[in-house]
Amino acid sequence: MEPIIEFKDFSFKYRSQVEPSLRDINLTIYPGEKVLIVGPSGSGKSTLAHCLNGLIPFSYTGDITGSLKIAGKNPVDLGIFGMSKIIGTVLQDTDGQFIGLTVAEDIAFALENDMIAQDKMHTKVDEVAEIVDVKNLLENAPGELSGGQKQRVSMAGVMVDDVDILLFDEPLANLDPATGKRAIDMIDKIQKQQNKTILIIEHRLEDVLYRDVDRIIVIGDGKIVADTTPDELLSQNILGEQGIREPLYITALKHAGCRIVSEDRPQHIESMNLDGHKQQVRSWFEAVGEKEKKKETQSVLRVENLNFSYEEKKPVLQNINFDIKKGEMVSIVGKNGAGKSTLSNLICGFYKPNTGKIFLNDQDISPLSIKERGEKIGLVMQSPNQMISKPMIFDEVALGLAVRKVPEEEIKERVYDTLKVCGLYPFRNWPVSALSFGQKKRVSIASILVMNPEIIILDEPTAGQDYKHYTEIMEFLKQINKEMGITIIMITHDMHLMLEYTDRAIVIADGKLLADDTPSNILTDEAIANKAYLKKTSLYDLAHRCGIEEAAQFTDRFIYFEENMRKKEERSKTGSV
Amino acid sequence: MSKILSYEEKETWIHRLSGVTKLIFFILWCVVSMISYDTRILIIMILFSLIIFKMSKTEWKQVGAVFKMVMLFLMLNVIAVFLLSPYQGTEIYGTRTELFPIVGPYVMTAEQLFYELNMILKYFTIIPAAFMFLVTTDPSEFAASLNRIGISYNIGYAVSLALRYIPDVQSDFTKIKHAQEARGIEMSSKASLLNRIKSVSAIIFPLIFSSMNRIDTVSNAMELRGYGKHKKRTWYRARPLKKADFLTIAFSVIFMVVALIITFWDGSRFYNPFV
Repeated sequence: MEPIIEFKDFSFKYRSQVEPSLRDINLTIYPGEKVLIVGPSGSGKSTLAHCLNGLIPFSYTGDITGSLKIAGKNPVDLGIFGMSKIIGTVLQDTDGQFIGLTVAEDIAFALENDMIAQDKMHTKVDEVAEIVDVKNLLENAPGELSGGQKQRVSMAGVMVDDVDILLFDEPLANLDPATGKRAIDMIDKIQKQQNKTILIIEHRLEDVLYRDVDRIIVIGDGKIVADTTPDELLSQNILGEQGIREPLYITALKHAGCRIVSEDRPQHIESMNLDGHKQQVRSWFEAVGEKEKKKETQSVLRVENLNFSYEEKKPVLQNINFDIKKGEMVSIVGKNGAGKSTLSNLICGFYKPNTGKIFLNDQDISPLSIKERGEKIGLVMQSPNQMISKPMIFDEVALGLAVRKVPEEEIKERVYDTLKVCGLYPFRNWPVSALSFGQKKRVSIASILVMNPEIIILDEPTAGQDYKHYTEIMEFLKQINKEMGITIIMITHDMHLMLEYTDRAIVIADGKLLADDTPSNILTDEAIANKAYLKKTSLYDLAHRCGIEEAAQFTDRFIYFEENMRKKEERSKTGSV
Repeated sequence: MSKILSYEEKETWIHRLSGVTKLIFFILWCVVSMISYDTRILIIMILFSLIIFKMSKTEWKQVGAVFKMVMLFLMLNVIAVFLLSPYQGTEIYGTRTELFPIVGPYVMTAEQLFYELNMILKYFTIIPAAFMFLVTTDPSEFAASLNRIGISYNIGYAVSLALRYIPDVQSDFTKIKHAQEARGIEMSSKASLLNRIKSVSAIIFPLIFSSMNRIDTVSNAMELRGYGKHKKRTWYRARPLKKADFLTIAFSVIFMVVALIITFWDGSRFYNPFV
């Protein structure tokens, strides 16, 4: 069979950079294959995608050496428009890539540009909409769609071109776990029914592996470090070395000291052969022991009978009650649009509840203004770009103090102290633009921290971050939680985050409080997980298959074990310096 | 979000007309209204636009708020014209019929009143037509229409993209504003005007930065799906011209010609009842 994609000794260097972003790539993909490309941020996996869809060299210029052939042709000869007939790209930003005013127009966009006659266009749009299951949404505007629906529209938008290859750039980044699962299902269905070649770029490996893939390519530092089957890859240690998170059940098995071989078929926990490992997992479970419970402290944020609606008779939140204790790390989870952000808007005072009260340290905060609440409850937005308004780091962090007329000397002292805590002190005189995304995120947290809040609310603190940056940010939050005693509330749909870093999860579904429990209890309860558009963790399956009844306890102990491991690593690092 | 002056689907013959037709009608209608000061023509035009406004089943709540704004503006305009050139009417009509003195050099003349009456009539010939055009034309079809009358599809698509992303930018704006308010930047009327102007920068910069990211994605997405490949493109939402469209266009052209002939019959665009 002729390969459909063939890289030979391929290297690429962006014009503005000194080092090449891709080096000596040799990669062959055959028609009908489903290939997953993983790698940490900055590894070159997005560059690889740009080379495939023609954005390189047509939109991003640079130097190419070696050869790339797609369907036997050189992309440079075909041009970006020629490429778009062979390979269709679904970008990760579900909102940004939705161009049309309605679903039908967005799907038809490529056809319009190709001057296809209107009646043909209508037939084709109907046909493709049917495949991705958006036929009944054709007249809807993007504002009326969920993230998952928008993504399916984008899929349809590239499939109208009858492309042979579909390229998905981080398809799971903006979706809640259950919607992500559905997307992976849809991709699988398309591959099977339409006989397309599928390339998925994603670092959430476990979620993609929900359906079979033929091969996984691991990219690290611009090179291909592995090109093998999932079973083979999961029985090696390459993922960990490259800073990519392995499926949790694999990590747990490794912690238990099991040696995983590809013959066990570790790609799916449901069908993996665990015969040789069950006993080992059970004894590990006994040995790890329980984590000490945090001491109950007094209430810091209490919400009573909260009701809210933007329009009459369309309640967004109904009868919400919870009580967050001082020094807790809590996650607020639930599907997109369930009312999570509305809840934080009410706490910060941007909107007034219809009925119900919010108490801070047992004091009703309804008389406090937004500004007054902001001194006690800090809000960090999802993207630092949504917050940073000063060109210099110092000024940005000082902003909250400056508008409150704090004396200059004190500002300086407090800003410097905060920058030290955040590891940004060496950059104090730098412009914000010189920082990486992760550092900017820290600046946005620092600018809240400087006001000495009692509570920080973070909206999706780790969205779009790879494992390494995720760990960095979360460890940092844990540190300020511990050392400064600040209560941290995170709005998220990242299940790893809630499991690993929060003591408690408040689950909101359709405007109601569905559960308020430990993350391990929630993620091992199928009914709750389904209702909240979460996914039960694979640790649950592992525990069950190994004959451990207390799946939640198993999950807790796994997290506790990992925590201790990180601590040990930290100690050995500081010890060696 | 507000539904003011936005397209609403309804079953009327006006809604069924192609956007091109409505655009041509609207342009010609405006041309006549702007050129002619012939009171008879203007009154006929008002009656006519009220009739088709009624036929388009446009409701008051769709246009009420904007109508009030326009009225305010009209009032200011009328007063300003009187203050700046109180004898414009006398100059135009060549007579001076003083009615009553007001203050100092200001004397109310019948000619001035008549001139300003005509001005008001002009407003009223265009307002219903403009409202009707906006609320009966599907914005996506509008882009197609612009292209059809010879305007580059880039411009048509720019309009369509703007409509697409305005709600997104609005929601970004609200989020950013809230977050900055929580940091202590006072945006309410409590702060002085100068401070409020200063704090606007705290919203504008983040808004620009997040919009820049968006633009990057949008332009990549468009390019990847072949935007700009050919000199022409087709439109999913374009409506083919039907009999009613040709009739409407023909009517618009004939109406314009007749109206202008009547207007200029006596050599001036002003209808003069004073001689």
